[in-house]
Amino acid sequence: MKKILCTALCLLFALGAFAGCAQDTGATTTAAVTTAAPPANPVLRCSTTTSVNDSGLMGYLEPLFEAATGYDLQITSNGSGAAIELGRTGDTDVLLVHAKSSEEEFVAEGFGVERIPFMYNFFVIAGPKDDPAKVAGSATAADALKKIAESKSTFISRGDDSGTHKAELKIWDAAGIAPDAGKDTWYISSGAKMGACLEMASQKQGYVLTDKATYLAYQGGLDLNIVLGESDDMKNTYSLIACDPDKNTGLNTEGAQAFIDWMTSDATIALIAEYGKTEYGEALFFTDM
Amino acid sequence: MEQFKEAIRLVFSPDKELWQIIGVTLVMTFASTAISCALGIFPGIFIGSRRFRGKKLLMKILYTFMGLPPVVAGLVVFLLLSNRGPLGSLHLLFSVEAMVIAQCVLIVPIITGLTASAVALKYPVIAETSKGLRLSGWKQLLLLLSECRGALISVALTGFGRAISEVGAVNLVGGNIRFKTRVMTTSIMFETGMGNFELAIALGILLLTIAFAVNFIASTFRRETDDYA
Repeated sequence: MKKILCTALCLLFALGAFAGCAQDTGATTTAAVTTAAPPANPVLRCSTTTSVNDSGLMGYLEPLFEAATGYDLQITSNGSGAAIELGRTGDTDVLLVHAKSSEEEFVAEGFGVERIPFMYNFFVIAGPKDDPAKVAGSATAADALKKIAESKSTFISRGDDSGTHKAELKIWDAAGIAPDAGKDTWYISSGAKMGACLEMASQKQGYVLTDKATYLAYQGGLDLNIVLGESDDMKNTYSLIACDPDKNTGLNTEGAQAFIDWMTSDATIALIAEYGKTEYGEALFFTDM
Repeated sequence: MEQFKEAIRLVFSPDKELWQIIGVTLVMTFASTAISCALGIFPGIFIGSRRFRGKKLLMKILYTFMGLPPVVAGLVVFLLLSNRGPLGSLHLLFSVEAMVIAQCVLIVPIITGLTASAVALKYPVIAETSKGLRLSGWKQLLLLLSECRGALISVALTGFGRAISEVGAVNLVGGNIRFKTRVMTTSIMFETGMGNFELAIALGILLLTIAFAVNFIASTFRRETDDYA
């Protein structure tokens, strides 16, 4: 018994050492590619939304940005409401979010320098494959939600003050319906991130409003279809906002500016427009720039 | 500071939603503690009072499970109850029932293990007394239960304390659904994430109070039994 344990332990250590070596070589190659001199204040905090992070876009851009500029980008992802709140408390340098009214409020209060819309995609409504509420073919998202409410089909709401949640509330408003999570048992206010909501919709066979990027990133494991695709009332715009150093101390303002310059450069815009094409056969984000 | 004032105000005059969260928390905690005691105490008594082959190994396994990481318990229950899992047809995922199941997975080993240790301490004396009084098996069990009642109450309260303060497993299998499966711990995580610190602090104060009260009572019972021993 002891012998087996010993061998197992030795194997584990050997594996660990091996993995360590592999990582080391990886680091040196990345370092070799890096051409930019490290900036004076290299740590840059970026607060973004779960939809951007869950789609894998930031994982794709981060190493490229770091190699190009020498910054160490530290990304936290929360719902847009929480992501913006980090800007208010001075716990982040730059925001990448999608909640227009909250963003404008943030800038108006002086916490953000400027709102720079730079890419967009579409929200879609995903639902059970047999589409019990007959949502498919609706002219607008508002019509679709009306059908869901009338048939009392299960609907999963983010319920977390995120950009997607706000977009959903706006569509309910347009539909003239105000679902109440306390009384309407079909309306589920999950308080979960986008990926978790999709999983919940799949498990409960309900409908859910989601950005297309996250849906495509998760679709493999889901028992859902897109029942309503791109309609005019479902455009989803993402913006960059540098946090204002007048409101909070210790912000990396140069880093935030470098990040915004890099994200809106022609080369990066081209990278964003390409993202997802090889994996999903279509782009996940679009740019007007 | 403002946030603290608002939090204190909330603690003393909870709104409807706060009451509702506390209600779900208590229902979940009482249910999981009761079920875990029902499942865990008798095996604990058996293990603590009998000698059998493999007892040492069994105790080792039990102690290992007492330290089971909650998220792992949550993951296992999630996979079991998922639509694609073996118990998917029950449609229990994201319900209070699912949370109780996950809690039981965590607490039953604790109840069994602690009961076994408590009984093992007392049993030699009780066995002797029973022999002297020629008590039947049932009466012996009753005597044992009565002698260990303080320890058993303390065991149950330990389970209760674990259940009420756990967050990883219940978040995974309950889904933190508002008005349905949102409990105090998941609510604190959620509200902190949203920057609503007032509600998070208020919940934190209430949770601490309950946890302290329960542990205080548990340790009182523990001391009482120690005195008799």
